[in-house]
Amino acid sequence: MAREVVSTGNELAAKAAIEAGARFFGGYPITPSSEVMHEASDLLPEVGGVAIQMEDEIGGISAALGASMSGVKSFTATSGPGISLKAEQIGLGFIAEIPLVIVNVMRGGPSTGLPTRVSQADIGQAQYPTHGDYASITLCAGSLTECYTQTVRAFNLAEKYMTPVFILLDETIGHMHGKAMLPDLAEVEASIVNRATFTGSPADYKPYKAEMNKPAVLNPMFKGYRFHVTGLHHGDEGFPTEDAFQCEYNIERLVGKINTVAAQNDGLDNEPDYEEFMLDDAEVCLIAYGSIGLGAYEAVQKLRAQGIKAGMFRPILLWPSPAKKIAEIGARFKDKIFVTELNMGQYAKEIERIIKRDDFTTLFKANGRPIAPAEMVAKVKEMM
Amino acid sequence: MAFNYDQYLRVNKMPTLWCWGCGDGVILKAVIRAIEKSGWDMDNVCVVSGIGCSGRFSSYINCNTVHTTHGRTVAYATGIKLANPKANVIVVAGDGDGLAIGGNHTIHGCRRNIDLNFILINNFIYGLTNSQTSPTTPQGMWTVSQKNGNIDPTFDACQLAIGAGASFVARETMLDPKKLEKILVKGFAHKGFSFFDIMSNCHINLGRKNKMQSAMENLEWIDSITLPLKKWEELPAEEKMNKFPTGVLREVVQPEYCDMYAQIQAAAQGKRAVLTQNDFAKKI
Repeated sequence: MAREVVSTGNELAAKAAIEAGARFFGGYPITPSSEVMHEASDLLPEVGGVAIQMEDEIGGISAALGASMSGVKSFTATSGPGISLKAEQIGLGFIAEIPLVIVNVMRGGPSTGLPTRVSQADIGQAQYPTHGDYASITLCAGSLTECYTQTVRAFNLAEKYMTPVFILLDETIGHMHGKAMLPDLAEVEASIVNRATFTGSPADYKPYKAEMNKPAVLNPMFKGYRFHVTGLHHGDEGFPTEDAFQCEYNIERLVGKINTVAAQNDGLDNEPDYEEFMLDDAEVCLIAYGSIGLGAYEAVQKLRAQGIKAGMFRPILLWPSPAKKIAEIGARFKDKIFVTELNMGQYAKEIERIIKRDDFTTLFKANGRPIAPAEMVAKVKEMM
Repeated sequence: MAFNYDQYLRVNKMPTLWCWGCGDGVILKAVIRAIEKSGWDMDNVCVVSGIGCSGRFSSYINCNTVHTTHGRTVAYATGIKLANPKANVIVVAGDGDGLAIGGNHTIHGCRRNIDLNFILINNFIYGLTNSQTSPTTPQGMWTVSQKNGNIDPTFDACQLAIGAGASFVARETMLDPKKLEKILVKGFAHKGFSFFDIMSNCHINLGRKNKMQSAMENLEWIDSITLPLKKWEELPAEEKMNKFPTGVLREVVQPEYCDMYAQIQAAAQGKRAVLTQNDFAKKI
């Protein structure tokens, strides 16, 4: 039976993490994500887990990565400036293939920016948070319920693909307080993915010996399977190497295990990568995500009331993007596409890349204020 | 019978990348002997290193090993230890790694008094990257980033650790591996943050431009700036200035972080009353 709760997005993300099996949180206070840490520090000790407020953002993610590489599901939470500080460690997570869920409750930037105001300007940062080549997995919650369900999914993807995974909230969703329907706990527990382990002889254990587009297999520490974790390029056993073939293989595998797999399988799991709202008979397609998607639901209905057949496409898996679906939308709606987001067009650029056209209409805002349904309606009416 | 290092080493990773005559190898051997003396099971040991020559330490020792980013050793180790309170965790960092870029984590690891064994391999220079000034480079010495002499005042690593609250603080040099082993065994047995400032040579990148071109000359210099704590205490104040006391400089019983966290868990699970200021009143 579904569970009805009254909570906030940030608190639901923390609750989801623990119900997904997380037993370690490392973080540092930052607006507007601190409540994730507050909730984690309340809930984790109850289930025998640990939440630690570290001395800085870098310490927060480093402790979480340390716990995760030892075999304990871990997460951290922050906002844009914190991601900037954590960037180098996120890179270690990518190359050493350490699962980790990173909650980013987005606020205005760059730099200190607009600490208490909403933004969606970190989606580009989520795609390429650190130096080097890799592929990122990024989910974006568009409702209170999704703060829970997509956080659970983020853990499952992190464990399945052995990589850091971003779950993006924005200030509006994170601080929104209201009713949410959560899936039954037994249902959640049945969906949990745990990282693969090697069960053969420790002498045969080669954690990073993986086929192309397959993740590493990292056993928990202290159980007889000794291995080496490093941020350097490494061979099958995890020890540093500069072998040209090996380094090339490593990078192709790191990118391929996410991007190639997503392209081949039309996604990374069986969960929906996007939502379509009244799109079946629509003549104009609004594209929005996160809290702006909430405004777009209303805009679609207002437009329909005024005789304009509008619908919405709302991506949930931002990276790698649901390219097949976006290409379909591009072919079907031609220039009757309206992209709206709280930044200067970071997702619009991805739409343009996929449909190979820029003849669609956009509405961007980067001043810390949400985009009202009326603003969307007015802009769409100009298009028709 | 000769000590068998092979079962503690990843022998297929030998020889090490360290320069001929480097103290890192002496310290590696001392650490291995101390692990053996402590009776630790290598499956239950984790060695965490950072970036620099000392960063390679972890890859040579046959246990659970982590080579982290520059300066973040204590933070990673904190996560590993808190998630596995029964594990024996050793952190190895250089003077640049542990005192400059990672200084903040070192301070707070000491303050939390988490049961980590922090080995600072202090060779007074950035060796791996060719002779830049480190926080322990003596004033006046030549470095590639201060060719007219280092003007930055020198850090006393042990004073830092004591000030930050580490419950076991010791200094030794790699000149006497037996003494080093003994002090490591003592610190490994100590519950809480054990901080070891181990002075070592880098005749290649510290010595070559500072009139210590051989390992021996570099070691003689280290010998000249260190003396046992008791003898150091007898020195007149002005002579204490540029000398470093060796031995155990601090050893106190203080609540350990994982133990304290276990109390938090017990309180959260209703097995004991919530902690109050009175629980720690003695400390305050």
